[in-house]
Amino acid sequence: MEDMLFYDRLQFAFTITFHYIFPQLTMGLSLLIVFLKGKYLLSKIEKYNNAAKFLMKIFAVNFTMGVVTGIPMEFQFGTNWAKFSELTGSIIGQTLAMEGMFSFFLESSFLALFIFGEKLMGQKLHFLTGFLVFLGSWASGWFILATNAWMQHPVGYEILENGKFVLNNFGDLFTNPWLLPAFLHNQIASVVTSSFVVASIGAFYVLRNKQVEYGKLFLKTGVIFGLVSSILVAFPTGDWNAKNVAEHQPAAFAAMEGIFETEEAGSEIVLIGQPNMVDKKLDNKIAVPNILSFLTHQDWNKQIPGMDQFKEEELPSNIPALYYSYHIMVGLGTIFIGVMALALFFLWRKKLYTIKPLLWTIMFLVPFPYIANLTGWYTAELGRQPYLVYGLLKTSDGISPTVSSGNTLFTLLGFVALYMLLGLLFLVLVGKTINQGPTPQTH
Amino acid sequence: MEVFWYIAIAIVLAIFFILDGYDFGTGIIHLFFAKKEKDKEVIAKSAGLFWDSNEVWLVAAGGMLFMAFPTFYASVFSGFYLPLIIVLWLIIFRAIGLEFRGLFKYQMWKDIWDTSFGVSSLLLALFFGIALGNIVRGVNLGDVQNGISAHEGHYFFLPLWNSSFSPLTEHPGVIDWFTLVIGLIAVVTLAIHGANWIILKTNSSINSKLKGVIFKLNIVLIALTLFSLYLWQIVNPNSLNNFVEKPLLMVFPIIYFTGLIGLFFIKRIKKDGHAFLLSTLLILGGITSSLASLFPVILPSVNTVNEPLTIYNTAAPEYGLSVALTWGIIGFILLLVYFIVQKRLMGGKVDNMDYGH
Ligand code: HDD
Ligand code: HEM
Ligand code: HEM
Repeated sequence: MEDMLFYDRLQFAFTITFHYIFPQLTMGLSLLIVFLKGKYLLSKIEKYNNAAKFLMKIFAVNFTMGVVTGIPMEFQFGTNWAKFSELTGSIIGQTLAMEGMFSFFLESSFLALFIFGEKLMGQKLHFLTGFLVFLGSWASGWFILATNAWMQHPVGYEILENGKFVLNNFGDLFTNPWLLPAFLHNQIASVVTSSFVVASIGAFYVLRNKQVEYGKLFLKTGVIFGLVSSILVAFPTGDWNAKNVAEHQPAAFAAMEGIFETEEAGSEIVLIGQPNMVDKKLDNKIAVPNILSFLTHQDWNKQIPGMDQFKEEELPSNIPALYYSYHIMVGLGTIFIGVMALALFFLWRKKLYTIKPLLWTIMFLVPFPYIANLTGWYTAELGRQPYLVYGLLKTSDGISPTVSSGNTLFTLLGFVALYMLLGLLFLVLVGKTINQGPTPQTH
Repeated sequence: MEVFWYIAIAIVLAIFFILDGYDFGTGIIHLFFAKKEKDKEVIAKSAGLFWDSNEVWLVAAGGMLFMAFPTFYASVFSGFYLPLIIVLWLIIFRAIGLEFRGLFKYQMWKDIWDTSFGVSSLLLALFFGIALGNIVRGVNLGDVQNGISAHEGHYFFLPLWNSSFSPLTEHPGVIDWFTLVIGLIAVVTLAIHGANWIILKTNSSINSKLKGVIFKLNIVLIALTLFSLYLWQIVNPNSLNNFVEKPLLMVFPIIYFTGLIGLFFIKRIKKDGHAFLLSTLLILGGITSSLASLFPVILPSVNTVNEPLTIYNTAAPEYGLSVALTWGIIGFILLLVYFIVQKRLMGGKVDNMDYGH
């Protein structure tokens, strides 16, 4: 039983992590593509159109990856979490089915048109198809987050005698207080990823002294979008999420922030420290007093319950992992703002394209927004443990009763092998595309 | 309401098999008949341009099943765990084959992607047929042994096969001689469908030869169909009762046989679209007849201890189904609009279309 649960969780964590590498770029990049295409429509400068079409090539490869890794996600609810699906399917099935009907269709139908149809349709319609792809991908994020929000903070349901969760208010699924902050934060975080990717490609072209015209365009676009989104991701949306967690999942909040003991008045904010689960304290702590209370409640002296206020079984199951995930996300977020602010400053002074160390930094920063996004999700998902549906359904009660751990391990190994191959091919392909660059097409 | 959602899901699934079915079939034909590089390229392109928008129908069917029949979704997806995951892997291999083909210069790579596309298409067709075979045969619900269920009566777990490969044992596996025959039917049907698609969408040099291939495959299909009906009687003597009790259901087998007989005259059919329509009828009729033979059961039980799964004992409650009806109708209209817009703009032969990269 124990290892059935372990392998089910490991497989889900592995496959969703891999899946989420791709949609975060899809969602953000579609916004940048629409922006560049729109700029072309207004200015009629060919450069913008070529840039948009070039990014579309990267988008297309990335999208394919998202589709093939997304289909296993949808199936896994049934294959590995059968009991969970049976008990809650009539609720989360709603949002997942809507995602399929409203967003995936929109996205994939119009993506094909955007890629193949420029000559057929004329520029205005071409812009429109690009916009619809963007809309589809953001709608997809909306429905998926509505699903996740219900698991974090269940609403609009009733529990029958046989333990089944039944929907009794459809509207509640979308007015869930968890949904809007999570959605905005998550979408802006995906804009962070895509801006960094675009800026990084730009830095590469400028440093290599090839495709320099496009390199500068990408750097400029990436840096401006990057700074704005990095700020928005921290404030107001990150802050709003933190308040939300403090209100609805106080035990998870205490663990995220690493507050072992409740303080009389005003909680400190921890910058660095390692959770020591034996002595129930943080080792090597560096913290600033009272800030956390102020950030969370706008009151320097407000008391925030620490982990000592909760019973063992109310606390998240893996506190150190949760704590590190959260601190990595927030730490990276702070660094992003710093780097992008610096870059924008030099862009404004017209020096950015010549400062090599900064260009190197921008180029190599590219994995970090991915890490921030993934650790952000780990924060959300680990904070929810040991529950699948917060406070109501234990993770251990959601697994498939008939699938043995040997079978799950077998499929997990298969996924690992296949995804390594897939990841490798993806890198080769994207590398090739970037190497070719957005040279104007000649036909 | 249950009946409505059942029909809606059946329609979406049938559309998936009709649309993605030609991709699978294209892969099978590609594997066996395409020899020249030029042909290989256009044939792969005729599938490559469409596979991902076709696969969305699978995603939609999955989502609708989850929402409307959660108990069925949970039971079947965990019970058919191994074959389903293998299908997922095959879907990935096929996508790799199609997407990467055009991007590498060397023939060695092209051969690798082609094989990946062809073999995974073939196996997918086989597996989907086997799945249908499993549904009509039924499974050991509750994994009953000596009259006692090992789990709740609506859960089960199927091995890929058991030592006897026989559907008549207490614990039939996923693959046995009955489901294998159904799997072969699916392979042949989709190969015919794919060949029709290639004729319709490309100017490849093997088009003229393909009509002969379809003719021969059709004869094999007739033989397999009759053989499977015979086997079906052995596996489940009551399999045709539904058609006797509700003669109206006979339209579904009639659709199937129309396709079958029509394709007999393939060499005289002038319009490529008509031939494609006939193989569409074949798929549509095949799936709907199988489902109709069971209705309202959706997964029979091979033991007498546990009840079969029906659309009534696995459905979500009334409220959820009826709100979903509202958005479902809007969604479905949108789907059809997208679909028509897309097929309109991308109609015609694919040879000269500019394939991305
Ligand atoms: C580029 C990525 C990125 C960056 C820089 C940040 N976040 Fe974040 N964060 C995410 C990407 C993300 C995410 C992946 O998008 C999450 C996971 C679930 C969600 O809705 O968004 C998330 C969730 C998330 C949560 C919810 C955790 C839960 O549900 O238990 C909180 C409280 C924060 N974030 C707070 C912040 C703060 C205060 C940041 C300050 C800099 C911050 N995030 C930067
Ligand atoms: C919005 C869609 C999502 C849904 C519905 C969802 C649902 C689930 C479910 C059912 C599990 C398995 C049970 C469990 O261990 O709690 C899980 C675990 C997990 N998910 Fe999510 N998830 C979503 C998004 C994500 C994303 C985008 C990521 C990260 C990239 C993620 C990371 C994880 C991790 C790491 C686990 C394992 C946690 C653990 O087992 O302790 N999730 N999630
Ligand atoms: C467990 C949770 C998840 C499931 C079941 C799931 C399911 C899927 C499926 C089936 C696809 C393929 C759709 C197609 O055929 O076009 C897909 C792609 C996609 N998913 Fe996920 N997904 C999950 C998590 C997420 C998360 C957390 C996000 C973002 C917030 C997301 C956003 C997308 C987007 C934008 C696509 C389009 C393809 C792409 O952009 O790469 N998904 N997902």
